[in-house]
Amino acid sequence: MYPACPKQPALMERENREMRRTGTVVGVGLLAASLLAGCGSGASDGKTRITIGLFGNFGYQQLFEEYEKAHPDVDITDRTASYSDHHKNLAAHLATNNGAADIEAVDVGYINQFKANPNQFTELKSDIKDRWLDWKWEASLSKDGKQIGYGTDIGGLAICYRRDLFEAAGLPSDRDQVSALWPTWEQFMATGKQFAAKAPAGAKFFDGGPTVLNAIVGQAPTGYYDKSDKIVVGDNADIRKGWDLVAQGVADGLSAGLLHSTPQWNTGFKQGQFATLACPAWMMAKIKDQAPETAGKWDLAAVPGGGGNWGGSYLTVPKQGKNVDKAVELATWLTAPEQQGKVFANAGLLPSTPSLYSEQSVATKQDAFFNNAPVGRVFTDAARALKPQYQGPKAGDVQTEMGNAMQRVEQGKQGPDESWTQFVRDVTR
Amino acid sequence: MKTDWRERRHRWDIRYAPYAYIAPYFLLFAVFGLFPLLYTAWVSMQERNLIDGDAATFVGLDNYVELLTADPYFWNAMGNTLSLWLLTTVPQILFALGIAQLLNRRLRGRTFFRMGVLLPNITSVAAVTIIFAQLFGRDFGLINWALELFGAGRIDWQAGTASSHTAIAAMVVWRWTGYHALIFLASMQAIPTSVYEAARLDGANGWQQFWRITVPMLRPQIIFSTVIATAGNMRLLAEPLLFNPGAGAETGGSDRQFQTAALYLYEHGFKKFDFGYASAIAWLLVIATVLITGLSYLAARRIRTD
Repeated sequence: MYPACPKQPALMERENREMRRTGTVVGVGLLAASLLAGCGSGASDGKTRITIGLFGNFGYQQLFEEYEKAHPDVDITDRTASYSDHHKNLAAHLATNNGAADIEAVDVGYINQFKANPNQFTELKSDIKDRWLDWKWEASLSKDGKQIGYGTDIGGLAICYRRDLFEAAGLPSDRDQVSALWPTWEQFMATGKQFAAKAPAGAKFFDGGPTVLNAIVGQAPTGYYDKSDKIVVGDNADIRKGWDLVAQGVADGLSAGLLHSTPQWNTGFKQGQFATLACPAWMMAKIKDQAPETAGKWDLAAVPGGGGNWGGSYLTVPKQGKNVDKAVELATWLTAPEQQGKVFANAGLLPSTPSLYSEQSVATKQDAFFNNAPVGRVFTDAARALKPQYQGPKAGDVQTEMGNAMQRVEQGKQGPDESWTQFVRDVTR
Repeated sequence: MKTDWRERRHRWDIRYAPYAYIAPYFLLFAVFGLFPLLYTAWVSMQERNLIDGDAATFVGLDNYVELLTADPYFWNAMGNTLSLWLLTTVPQILFALGIAQLLNRRLRGRTFFRMGVLLPNITSVAAVTIIFAQLFGRDFGLINWALELFGAGRIDWQAGTASSHTAIAAMVVWRWTGYHALIFLASMQAIPTSVYEAARLDGANGWQQFWRITVPMLRPQIIFSTVIATAGNMRLLAEPLLFNPGAGAETGGSDRQFQTAALYLYEHGFKKFDFGYASAIAWLLVIATVLITGLSYLAARRIRTD
């Protein structure tokens, strides 16, 4: 049987539940059928099948075809799940030592939890370390110095905005003029008030408090943790200042009250419910996926405050795979500067390999969806300005709790101070 | 001698064959039910990271003590579980009784309707939840649209405790009412018509017949349905999880207002990788389910003919 049978545990689980209901015979039949049908023998045509588990949009489709052409003995199968499903499935597969793909993507929000157990992953070679930004390399290094994942993209920041909505509200829509409106987040919020005064019906200034807050947190020198892995967010003046600012923006009616990466938020794109969005490079791919009909209406401006990172991923090779060597080869290839450049060209994900930033094809890239915005210049500038921030063991969880906390304010359940106190208590408990 | 052997074999057949017939169930139960149950009990007494089982340490009942005495969010989740249990189980049984009564009449296209009530039950729970989450959407949901049409104003269904519980209960009730209705319908048809005829002669109206004859005669089925529904509704996971999908789905709302015990277990096990703690939650949930099932059994048993 092929080791990396897609979704086998999920099937078994469902069968198991069904069995109690519909009786043993049917259950056994289903179980047998799922084992046979759901999990064919992968190597029947003599090819090595390499599975790769992804979430969201990595822009790899063309690269897979290219790699298969160059390596006729390799067959690449990708499975893509949602952000949280993907990481939870990976955890379950590591826990049961069964079912993980040969290559598994891990987001920076989860990398610390996984690198705490480096023995689950194949140690990757360090001799090509110089390809990556130092901080990107170090963030996936385990405490005992093992590299568990090669960096894919980083989340350099910009602001995506709707030209049409800006014009309707009497604001400038030219990207340089827009960037000049908000050198700081305070001025960003002030612009928001101007927008709100003449905004078209149903359109708010930004999508939701948690999104803006994540961008502000990503710019702070210190995030949720200090370097000794202690949670210090409660005493972090930068984050608290950002919190108060966003909460004030919410109180001023600038927020559409949508939580990022939810179906309502996706609908918000289509309905034009918000005029700006904190945009890490990978967010652009999301907008294109969610609202293709808004092509040309978007544009890109500089992020207030300058610099900052939100998100970005790694490719890991779990030890349990049967094709570890070939998987390492593919992961190395996919994350090499040349391929990262191609991903930037077709999906806009910002490379984590700095040698590309000065390359002409990257630096001059424009994006038609964003009104031919110079995404190459904006994001390579953002990447250069980026001061790396140390991510603690459960940064992803803290970010979730902070999103919840800001939502409580948006939903009117709590005031900003009360919600902040509960947030700090929750994450330090 | 030969007949003796045959006779003995026949006796064995009679005596032991039934065990062989039911053995597959018990074997499967042992593998997929009993073993996980016991293993979970063992894990629940460990401090254990989900993806690092080798480094687990035995901590005895520490996880249970912390859950019961020092974890307000566990009690919050238990409270939500109980609230949702009430909001799902009671309407489910009452609606099922009503629908069964309606389907028990002579009406055109009877089979169509009888099959129809089961349709929600065979739909995938994920699909149902995603559709319902859209119906209950804040800005573009059909239900808010209808409310606004009647001048009632919009509701942010996910934000409030009562509103989110109502929405989740609606999904569960919609999915399971038909299933119970069919069970009730089958038993209603077995009630002899002579009983109703006698009642009619005594001057009992339809309403009295329903409460004095039909419901008491359905007592065993009502007990069965209550027990099954309770066991299912105490471990609601998919509905609250998918009601608010996204990075924070497992917290069940911004203030954990609809986080059920099963969802809390999921958060600790698969988001925080705290396998030991999650296993302790699982066992406490089992105990709570047994208690509540016992209570609802006692409640349903009180149905009697006067």
